[in-house]
Amino acid sequence: MLLEELSNAFGPSGCEQEVRVVLARALRDRVDSLQTDALGNLIAFKQGTGPAPRLKVLVDAHTDEVGLMITRIEKNGTLGFRAVGGIDDRLLLAKGVIVGQKRLPGVILAPPVHLTQKEQRQEVIKIDQLVIDIGATSEEEARELVRLGDYAVFDTRFQVLTGEGLRVVKGKAFDDRAGCAVAAALADGEYAVDLYLSFSAQEEVGLRGARVAAFRIEPDVAFALEGTVCDDMPKDQDVSPTTELGKGPALTLMDHSFIADRRLVRLLIETAEAHGLPYQFKQPGIGGTDAGAIHLSKTGVPTAAVSVPCRYIHAPASLLSLNDFDHAVALMKATLQALPEKWENLA
Amino acid sequence: MKDLIKKLTEAYGPSGHEEQIRETIRREVEPFADEIRVDALGNLFVLKKGQGGGKRVLLAAHMDEIGLIISYVDEQGFLRFQPIGGVDVMTLVGGRVQFADGAVGVIAPEKRQEFKKEPELSRLYIDIGATGRDEARGRLGQAVAFVRPFADLGGRIVAKALDDRIGCAVLVETLRRLESSPHDLYFLFSVQEEVGLRGARTSAYGLEPEVGIAVDITVAADTPEANKLAMKLGGGPCIKVMDGNMLAHPGVKNLLIETAEAQAIPYQLEVLDHGTTGASAIQLTRSGVPAGCVSIACRYSHTPSEMVDIGDVEHTVRLLLAVLEKPIEL
Repeated sequence: MLLEELSNAFGPSGCEQEVRVVLARALRDRVDSLQTDALGNLIAFKQGTGPAPRLKVLVDAHTDEVGLMITRIEKNGTLGFRAVGGIDDRLLLAKGVIVGQKRLPGVILAPPVHLTQKEQRQEVIKIDQLVIDIGATSEEEARELVRLGDYAVFDTRFQVLTGEGLRVVKGKAFDDRAGCAVAAALADGEYAVDLYLSFSAQEEVGLRGARVAAFRIEPDVAFALEGTVCDDMPKDQDVSPTTELGKGPALTLMDHSFIADRRLVRLLIETAEAHGLPYQFKQPGIGGTDAGAIHLSKTGVPTAAVSVPCRYIHAPASLLSLNDFDHAVALMKATLQALPEKWENLA
Repeated sequence: MKDLIKKLTEAYGPSGHEEQIRETIRREVEPFADEIRVDALGNLFVLKKGQGGGKRVLLAAHMDEIGLIISYVDEQGFLRFQPIGGVDVMTLVGGRVQFADGAVGVIAPEKRQEFKKEPELSRLYIDIGATGRDEARGRLGQAVAFVRPFADLGGRIVAKALDDRIGCAVLVETLRRLESSPHDLYFLFSVQEEVGLRGARTSAYGLEPEVGIAVDITVAADTPEANKLAMKLGGGPCIKVMDGNMLAHPGVKNLLIETAEAQAIPYQLEVLDHGTTGASAIQLTRSGVPAGCVSIACRYSHTPSEMVDIGDVEHTVRLLLAVLEKPIEL
């Protein structure tokens, strides 16, 4: 499964090469061209079958994941680090990680329960007090293995949790390898529109890759595909979950980065209903995506965002439902097929 | 002009939902425009061609207003919401809101007695009179604007969304009264200012103006225990020197000051310690645009009842007309 390969790939922001290789291999024979730009965006082009002039559609998913960067090497051979992208300090303690260009296994330190007092255990240890232990016993030994500026990611392998029902799978980096896998699956379809798939770098540190990709491509319409926040655990009060697992792809109406183009949202809803596909709305006002950068490119681009709900994103392991994933692929394929005809009337 | 202001302020148009206000403005400007265009994000451009020899001048006001977006419909049919733009939570309770289709709801708090200070937004809900989830379900994801009628207090007026429908009214009135100008004038009614100056940014990219002037509101600090700022109602248009995100181009600022003095139009200088307008987005477009801003002092901004002085509005129109009717040398 491409999602498995993508989830397992090492690719924190600014270090997306391994993810690009996986995607390029998967797409090579299914698109008309593939290129990597100066910032590391992998851009695949699939020419439309409709008569010219064809609508130019950008589908974006970001290749990078949140991770860690090694910022100091201690005398005892342990490695100090900083977060690359948004990581909650509370999630770091005692987690396994993969470090550096040699992909070394390591563990983030944790004081054992035997040595700590009850009060200590209620405090969060801040990221700048943590180190990664790769088993090196001296600074010299560590320097042979790791350089400052090397990255680390959570050491999590993709697994299938349940084969039936919601078909839940577990892995790291579903934000946004889920989006990458949905976008890659679109390459199988035939469309009247010209389709640009941008697998964009550096989203987690500020929507950077998508910004320059959109500037180059100059799309008429754009979709950002995401693995998004899902918090459907039971709550005391009858208030909104951000999204729910198994309820279908989530459509964004508004988040911190953009307000979705309402014509495109309408088209997505109509298409889902026409094909009997489930969908849900992502609760407005939460998070941001590459859509924020794309819709403000040059003279502006009507943009929507479609996400696969993922529990525990930006954490060592997240869960998603392959049902939601398949429905996101089906919804996007059908929407791209409906787009050229419908857009005339919508616009 | 009060009729125009009433019409514009009472129209519905939270950020990203500007269709209705755009049509309202379009009807007002149509008889005076040489060209009208709506772009990909919904910005409305109105071109008034110059008589030649002038510059390409962008005059910008934003037509969106702050509002709320429905984020959840509960079992009993009550609606939870998130803000669109900078909403003053304290002014929400007891207010009414309106959907694009005219449906009305009231904003109420849970457990009123627990709120000693400003309530948390998450503890408020909108009641549209629904008797259960099924009746209210369709409201999920819809945006609401505040409901407040325009009120004429004589010298001063009160309305919702004077930020920035008053700027829109100034532009419409300027277009109507303009007799001749050497400049190609692009009157821009932009979208999504309240969520990050978004419409102005893409509009300016497309237009590549040689001069940009925004017309927006600024904070009037003439109320009890207000911050120490100089702007007040009735002091004339506020010529922007600085705000939280821009320093006005000195050439544009001086042009406005010199014109006001030559025409004996009262004016104030605006130094604002926070906030900004579309002018700051225009200024940084492409390789840079000389940009400035004329602001109208406004009390209670970002609440459902904003107040401005009608004399300030009139003087802003006269100042713009005087600037636009002659050549511009920066």
